[in-house]
Amino acid sequence: MVENRPILNILTHLLLIVGVAVVAFPVYLAFVASTHGADAFSRGLAPMLPGPHMIDNYARMLTNGLSSAGAPPVWLMLINSTLMALTIAIGKIAISIISAYAIVYFKFPFRLLAFWMIFITLMLPVEVRIMPTFKVVADLGMLNSYAGLTIPLIASATATFLFRQFFLTIPDELMEAARVDGAGPMKFFRDILLPLSRTNIAALFVILFIYGWVQYLWPLLVTTDSRYYTIVMGIKRLAASADSDPYWNLVMAAVMLAMLPPVLVILLMQRLFVKGLVETEK
Amino acid sequence: MQSKRTIFPNKLLPYALLAPQLIITIIFFLWPAAQAVRSSFEREDPFGFRTTFIWFQNYTRLFADPGYLRAASNTAVFAVGVTILSMGVALLLAVAVNRLLRSGKFYTTLLVWPYAVAPIVAGILWWFMFNPTIGIVPYLLDAFGYRWNHRVNGNDAMILVIIAASWKQISYNFLFFVAGLQSVPKSLIEAAAIDGAGPFKRFWTIVFPLLSPTTFFLMIVNINYAMFDTFGIIDGTTAGGPAGATNTLVYKVYADGFVGLNIGSSAAQSVLLMLIVIALTVVQFRWVERRVQY
Repeated sequence: MVENRPILNILTHLLLIVGVAVVAFPVYLAFVASTHGADAFSRGLAPMLPGPHMIDNYARMLTNGLSSAGAPPVWLMLINSTLMALTIAIGKIAISIISAYAIVYFKFPFRLLAFWMIFITLMLPVEVRIMPTFKVVADLGMLNSYAGLTIPLIASATATFLFRQFFLTIPDELMEAARVDGAGPMKFFRDILLPLSRTNIAALFVILFIYGWVQYLWPLLVTTDSRYYTIVMGIKRLAASADSDPYWNLVMAAVMLAMLPPVLVILLMQRLFVKGLVETEK
Repeated sequence: MQSKRTIFPNKLLPYALLAPQLIITIIFFLWPAAQAVRSSFEREDPFGFRTTFIWFQNYTRLFADPGYLRAASNTAVFAVGVTILSMGVALLLAVAVNRLLRSGKFYTTLLVWPYAVAPIVAGILWWFMFNPTIGIVPYLLDAFGYRWNHRVNGNDAMILVIIAASWKQISYNFLFFVAGLQSVPKSLIEAAAIDGAGPFKRFWTIVFPLLSPTTFFLMIVNINYAMFDTFGIIDGTTAGGPAGATNTLVYKVYADGFVGLNIGSSAAQSVLLMLIVIALTVVQFRWVERRVQY
């Protein structure tokens, strides 16, 4: 700030408070809806202030789910989502860090080709090749399995690029010293590169965990057995039933539960999240 | 391509290290993409017994199909709407946060979390607010004499999906704008202030032009987001309706392939979408890498 303008300062705060309120309002309404009984939505305006049924609604969704909508209990879907997000995040980091290592620290025929093959995955999001990818997964017998949910999403150009950029900034002397001391490639990777990459791995983990958690189209395609439903796709089934039966309170309880884990990850690890977001887009 | 001055001499190890990534890439990315290209030139009979090679018929049929052209124009309206709305709001908030010293961090925390909300959940949150029977927005609009109903009115439906998609993207744009604003040199602002330029003049003549690399980068990212990452929002709110008013290109690939089971047409649409992603990626890497320099 270069000068003091009290009126502009007040306006700034006002604008931000309105901004925060508008951004948070839909979630507030969802929370309020999740604390009422089903009768609150039968007619007229949805309630604006919290009601007394919060614990009933959440307990019911967590343990029983809404069987009329064909959705399993929320706890099961939360576990599936957690497994899926963790596997995708860890898998992407693991295979990307070793491919970046191969590309930066070795010279071998077809190195450029390998780099471009990884690069191309950036241009082929699942959304544009829905049918043939589904067919491959079906042919491999991976429908309705955790492998089918996660493995096809594990390749990652952005993570590979991030690690490649980072490895290129590591001084060559480090590796020369390690070689003089008789360290082989795997020892150098384990004892020097991995510890140096710690912050990058953590930042990437936050971004990729969220990426895995919010996946919707892919679980929708590969799971038909409700045992493998993730919470994000299960919500669709719940919502589809809410339009005919007024179970908004239960649907919104599930919505709140679906949002909570990734939002908590961002709020608790905000610094890593911002670092990851900015660096993966370079 | 760049690598280290000294390297490890192993011959086979690098292939072993690359193998997991490349195997997944080939099986789940390149092979399906090649399949999509192939079946976009074929027609399969309804029972899947016979496929005939039909050259570009799937493509010519698409361009003659009013439904496809409608989806293309819907996608354009949607992408432009989301980009302008979410970037505009994010820039306003970022400029405000950038003016503050200590409390800026506090507001940032309160603004970044929608990034973690799944698209379908974002869709359902806004769907609830705009619900014609119990939602708050139709209730308020009613007081102004407007009968909101996105189940019947195509424009209402488009506005709903644009708002829901923008809401989720604001936090992303906001963080990049804040980073961009922080890299604007303080000395320039101070020099302008000494010369008597007020805050608004300083913003439009100094800050905004210096922000153009960030703005350009975000424009590409937002178009990409609106086109490819909003399947959940549309599926959760309008499912492409009413009467195809919010049917986007990506949603149509899904609807034609999985619901309509028209493999050839769906594959041709996939190929066209791939070309769009490739174009966007090339633009992003060629121009954003170099950045607009001053």
